[in-house]
Amino acid sequence: MSTVCIKIDGKNFTVEKGSTILNACKSAGINIPTLCYLKDVSEEGVCGVCVVEVKGAKTLQRSCITEVKDGMEIFTNTPTVREARKMNLELALAHHNIECPTCERDGNCELQDIADRVNVKTVHFADVPSFYEKDVYSPVIRDPSKCIFCERCISVCDNIQSVSALAISQRGIRTYIGAPFTHLLTDTPCVNCGQCIMNCPTGALTERDDTNKVWDALSDPDKYVVVSTAPSIRASVGEIFGLPAGTFVRGKVATALKMMGFKKVFDTNFSADLTILEETHELIERIKKEENLPIMTSCCPAWIKFLEEYYPEFIQNVSSAKSPQGMMGAIVKSYFSQQISISPDKIFHVSIMPCTAKKSEAERRETWLRDFPDVDAVITTREFGRMIKQGGIDFVNLPDSEYDNPLGNYSGAGTIFGVTGGVMEAALRTAYDLFTGKELKNIEFKPLRNFEGIRVADVEIDGLNVRIAVANTLGKARELLEAIKSGKERIHFMEVMACPGGCIGEGGQLIPTNSDIISKRAQALYSDDERSKVRKSYQNPQINELYKNFLEKPGSEIAHKLLHTHYIKRHLWEKIGKSDF
Amino acid sequence: MDRKNVSRIARKYNVYSGKLLGVLEDIQKEERYLSEETLKNVADVLDVPLTRVYSVATFYSFFNLVPVGKHIITVCMGTACHVKGAYRILEVLQDLLGVRPGETTKDGKFMPTTHDKKFTVSTARCFGACSMTPVVMIDGKIYGYVNAKNIPLILKEYGWGEKNEN
Repeated sequence: MSTVCIKIDGKNFTVEKGSTILNACKSAGINIPTLCYLKDVSEEGVCGVCVVEVKGAKTLQRSCITEVKDGMEIFTNTPTVREARKMNLELALAHHNIECPTCERDGNCELQDIADRVNVKTVHFADVPSFYEKDVYSPVIRDPSKCIFCERCISVCDNIQSVSALAISQRGIRTYIGAPFTHLLTDTPCVNCGQCIMNCPTGALTERDDTNKVWDALSDPDKYVVVSTAPSIRASVGEIFGLPAGTFVRGKVATALKMMGFKKVFDTNFSADLTILEETHELIERIKKEENLPIMTSCCPAWIKFLEEYYPEFIQNVSSAKSPQGMMGAIVKSYFSQQISISPDKIFHVSIMPCTAKKSEAERRETWLRDFPDVDAVITTREFGRMIKQGGIDFVNLPDSEYDNPLGNYSGAGTIFGVTGGVMEAALRTAYDLFTGKELKNIEFKPLRNFEGIRVADVEIDGLNVRIAVANTLGKARELLEAIKSGKERIHFMEVMACPGGCIGEGGQLIPTNSDIISKRAQALYSDDERSKVRKSYQNPQINELYKNFLEKPGSEIAHKLLHTHYIKRHLWEKIGKSDF
Repeated sequence: MDRKNVSRIARKYNVYSGKLLGVLEDIQKEERYLSEETLKNVADVLDVPLTRVYSVATFYSFFNLVPVGKHIITVCMGTACHVKGAYRILEVLQDLLGVRPGETTKDGKFMPTTHDKKFTVSTARCFGACSMTPVVMIDGKIYGYVNAKNIPLILKEYGWGEKNEN
C-alpha cells in the first residue's frame, strides 16, 4: 500500500494513496457532511455539501470525488467552506416542499440532519412549487415536490438493481426525477423492490401506506382479521423502538398484534416450510427428468417481475410454487376458513412484510383463489412500527406471547428464509433427506452464509453433483443469468433475492439499513434456527398435519391448485396505468 | 421512427461512446423531432436503458420531443431585442400564424406549431446579432430590423399564405 502525505487543517497525516478527501478526513477524525454520496453506490458529486478548500485550487473541491495528492493542503472548516455548504443546502431546500411534521421521514430524514449539521436556519430563496404531480399508483410513492435531485435513487436503480426505471430529465426548475415522459412508475420496469426508498435522503420516495386499510378492517365487526408475519420482521422491528439491531422480538410482535385486535397471529415461517416442501418436490422431479434447469426460487416478487421483463426466456425455470406470503394467503382462505367455518370473504388477511414488492405480489390476480385477494393488505416493517406507535403500545416492555395454531409453528429452515442463501439452505436440508432417504447431519451450509453478491457451490446428494448458486441484488442476478445464458455456468438450483442481504435488507425495512445492521439481523435469524428443535421443513409437525388432513402430498392436485401459480411475459415499458388498488 | 430505420442510422456509428447523441441527432434531422416510440426504439437498438436515452434527449435543448413544423422561427428575446420590442414581434407572429400565445410544451419550451404543420415558433436569448435588433431566425437564417410590416414578406418566402400542398 503506497501512501501520501497531506495536511488537514494544519496537521500532517499519512493516508492511503488514491483515497478521497472525504475518507482521508474521516480517518483524521473529521466527519464532512455528505448528502448525495452513498459509498459504492452513488459517487456522483452533485450536491456540493461536502466541499472543502484545497490550497492552490481555484474553486472549492467536492471531497467525495476528489482524490488526495501528495502534499495536498486541505481546509475543512473555513468561513468560505461553511458558507458554501450552507448555500448549497439552501439551494437544495429551495425546491424542497418543507412540510416536516406531516412527512413520513420526519425525525428520520437525512436532509433534516444535514440542515442541522451545516446550521441552515433560513432559506433565502423563493420557494418554487413543483411542476409535477405526486405519483401514488404503485407501492412505491414518488413525491417530486420533496426531491432534491441527489440522484441516489437513480444510482441504486441503475448500478445495484440494473432495473433503470428512473431517469433525471429536463433542466433548471423543470428538472424531474421519475419515470421517463412523466409517466407513472407502474408504466416502467420498476420492480417495487423499494431500494430507492431505502436510499432516499428525504421523503420524496416512500411506501404506499396501507395502515388505514388494516385499522378499518380491525374495527369492522363483520371481518375476521388474521395476520401473518414474515421471517425478518422478528429481527428488525425492535430497532424502531430503540432496541439494538438484530434483537429477536418474535414474542413481543405476537403480543402487540393481539393487543391491536388481530384474531389470529400466524407465522409466514410456517408457509415458508410449506414452500420448501412444494419447491423441493419440484426440484427433485426436475433433476430426475433433467428438464428446465436451473430451477429458480420464486419467493421474491421483485425478482419475479425482473425476470418476466428482462429474461422472459427463463420463465419456465422458475419454481411454480407461490411465495410464502402467497401460500399463507391461500391456506388461510381455504384450510383455515373451513376449520373455523367462516367464509373466506369474511376473513381479512394482513401480511406484515419487510418488502414493498409484496404489496404488488398480493395484487397479482393470477395468484388469487377467487375474485378477491388471498392477502387483503400488506404492510411493511415501517408501517407496522407506525401502527404500534399509533396504538400506544409500549413495545419494548411487552411480555412475550405465542403465535396461534394451526399456522404458527415453524422449523429452523423456515426462519432463515429472511437471509440471502436461506431459501437455498432450507431447500437443501429437505431435498437431501427426501432424495437420499438418509438424514443430513451437517445442515449448516457455511459457503452460503455470507453476503457476497453471487455464491456458487457444489453439493453432493447421493453421488449426484448438484451445482447451486445464490445471488442477492438484481444486478448480480443479471450477471448470473448472463453467465448461464452464455453457457459459462451450469447450475441446477438457483436462489435470487432482489435486495442486499435478502429480506433483512429489503425496501420496507428501517431506514437506514446498512451492511452492519444487515449482518446483525442475519445473525438473529441464524440463532433462531440454531435454537429450533426442528430444523428441517419436512419435519415440522404442523406441516405434516396439513398435508395429512388437507393437501394430501407435495405436488398433489389440490396443492397445485392452491399453492402454485404461473408467470407472465412482460414487455419493458408496457403501459399499465393506474391500478385499482 | 421504427426499429428498422433506427438500426439503419445506428449502423453508421461504430464507436460506442457518443453513439447515442449522434443517432438522436440524425433521427431529428430526418424526422424533425423525437417521439416516444422513437426513443424506445433507440434504447432497444443501442441496448441503452430508456431512462438514459430520455435523460440525454431532454438535457439538450436542441432536441425536440414534440412534433415541430417544417420551418422553425426563433424570435430573439435577448436584452437588446427586448428593448427594441421583441415581444411585439412575437405577438405579430402569433397573430399572423394563428398560434395561441402562452402555449408552451411540457418541457417548458415555447413551441406552438401552426395547424398546417408549416411553422413552429420558439424563442431564444440573443443570437449575437444585436446590431440589427429586433432579430428573428428562420431555419438558421437571420433576419434583422424586423417589424410588423416586413414580417409577412419574410414569411411569404417560406410559403406562408399559400394553400397547403397536401
